Amino acid sequence: MTPFQHQRVRWLIAIGFGLGAVGRADVLPEDRSDVLYHRYEGGGLTVQGPSVLLRKKFGDSFSASYQYYEDLISSASIDVLSQASAYKEKRTQHNVGLDYLRGSTLYSIGWINSNEPDYKSNTGFFNISQSMFGDLTTISFGYTQGWDKVGEVDHGIVVRSFSKDADRRNWAIGLSQVLTRNMLLGLNFEADESNGYLQNPYRGVRFIDPTVARGYSFGAAVSPNTRTGIAGSVQLKYYLPWHAAAEGNYRLYNDTWGITANTAKLGYTQTLFSDWTLEATARYYWQTAANFYSDLFPFQNSQNFMSRDRELAQFRSLTLGLGASYEFHPGWPRWVDKGSLNFSYNRMRINYQDFHNNLLMSVVPGDEPLYILDANVMQFFISFWY
Amino acid sequence: MMLSKPQAIAVVLLAVVLLAGCSPIQPWVKPYEREHLADPIMSFDRNPISSGYLDHVFEVREGARGATGSVGGGCGCN
Repeated sequence: MTPFQHQRVRWLIAIGFGLGAVGRADVLPEDRSDVLYHRYEGGGLTVQGPSVLLRKKFGDSFSASYQYYEDLISSASIDVLSQASAYKEKRTQHNVGLDYLRGSTLYSIGWINSNEPDYKSNTGFFNISQSMFGDLTTISFGYTQGWDKVGEVDHGIVVRSFSKDADRRNWAIGLSQVLTRNMLLGLNFEADESNGYLQNPYRGVRFIDPTVARGYSFGAAVSPNTRTGIAGSVQLKYYLPWHAAAEGNYRLYNDTWGITANTAKLGYTQTLFSDWTLEATARYYWQTAANFYSDLFPFQNSQNFMSRDRELAQFRSLTLGLGASYEFHPGWPRWVDKGSLNFSYNRMRINYQDFHNNLLMSVVPGDEPLYILDANVMQFFISFWY
Repeated sequence: MMLSKPQAIAVVLLAVVLLAGCSPIQPWVKPYEREHLADPIMSFDRNPISSGYLDHVFEVREGARGATGSVGGGCGCN
């Protein structure tokens, strides 16, 4: 079973893989390979798996990249336990990309394919970056388009009669600016448009039902079939004289579903003994609910559009992270310049403000305690430059 | 037609501003002054495979998306 968030996951992969952070446009990305193991555990859900990213230059003008990504999902989350049964599934994804450098302009194109039993996704992207003003300024523009096919699995069997389309488009512009010899500024702006089946086929809404003992029942959710959002962010990074760096980041998001979200992040990076790099981050996020979201509707079909997806609820979250990297220079094989071993751990807590834990009993429906999600996110990866 | 003194000053200032646009912008941070900026710890996205995955973890659980300026990889789920 796959939630609708997966649509957005793949979409974001596309955007991210295609555009990347705005950086220099007068050089090709460095030759590098990474092998990563990731694990997320929280709220009855475990997602883990490997990922491999390869990047290699060809001549002075071209750089090609390939990424493989795999999710092994085991879920007994509150959403699953409320309306279905625990499940396991696997998702695989392949990304290919090509960069072409001409003067101070970098052109990038790519394609992404993602597959799982009830969700197929294909995405294409194009990006152009230009360095100017003595390479103090880099601007970029990107366009991404995605075509998704949403299916349904019932007790491990694909429901052939259920197949829905969702199409997505994204426009992005970015600017990277050298402010001083120690400070960088990054600005990003994106507009995003989605059409089609934009909801989770497995999730329903909760409504008051006096005919049953527990006082509520679940019914069909209905989301609008269009969504348009805009996001803008500003990043500042500052070099500190003791070979460290401090970073601040703020993002504002707003969409036609009524969600307004703020993200604030602080980061600190410190080098030690020339071969260690330590990192600490704190991220705070808060959002308003979608205007058709409710934890408990007054009766069945009480609105044209109804959702109880907790991603659309009002909530606040705090994530604290630590990371460590160790750089080494292997003598063999000779074509490897350097490598690094990396580990990172993030602790996330989401405090929902209008999503109640209906797995806990209450006398009156809707009086259950508010749901809290605690999660651990770990990554271990090894990188090689050549 | 004679210009008044304020008008004349305005014209001169405007001309100075416009003519300044004809000269190339001089980088205020010279290439040899960018040692710190070139340090890997100053990258907005030092480990794309990692930051992309983490962005995912957030994005699938949140209503907001985009403008993170990082690369992707990862999964959320139910």
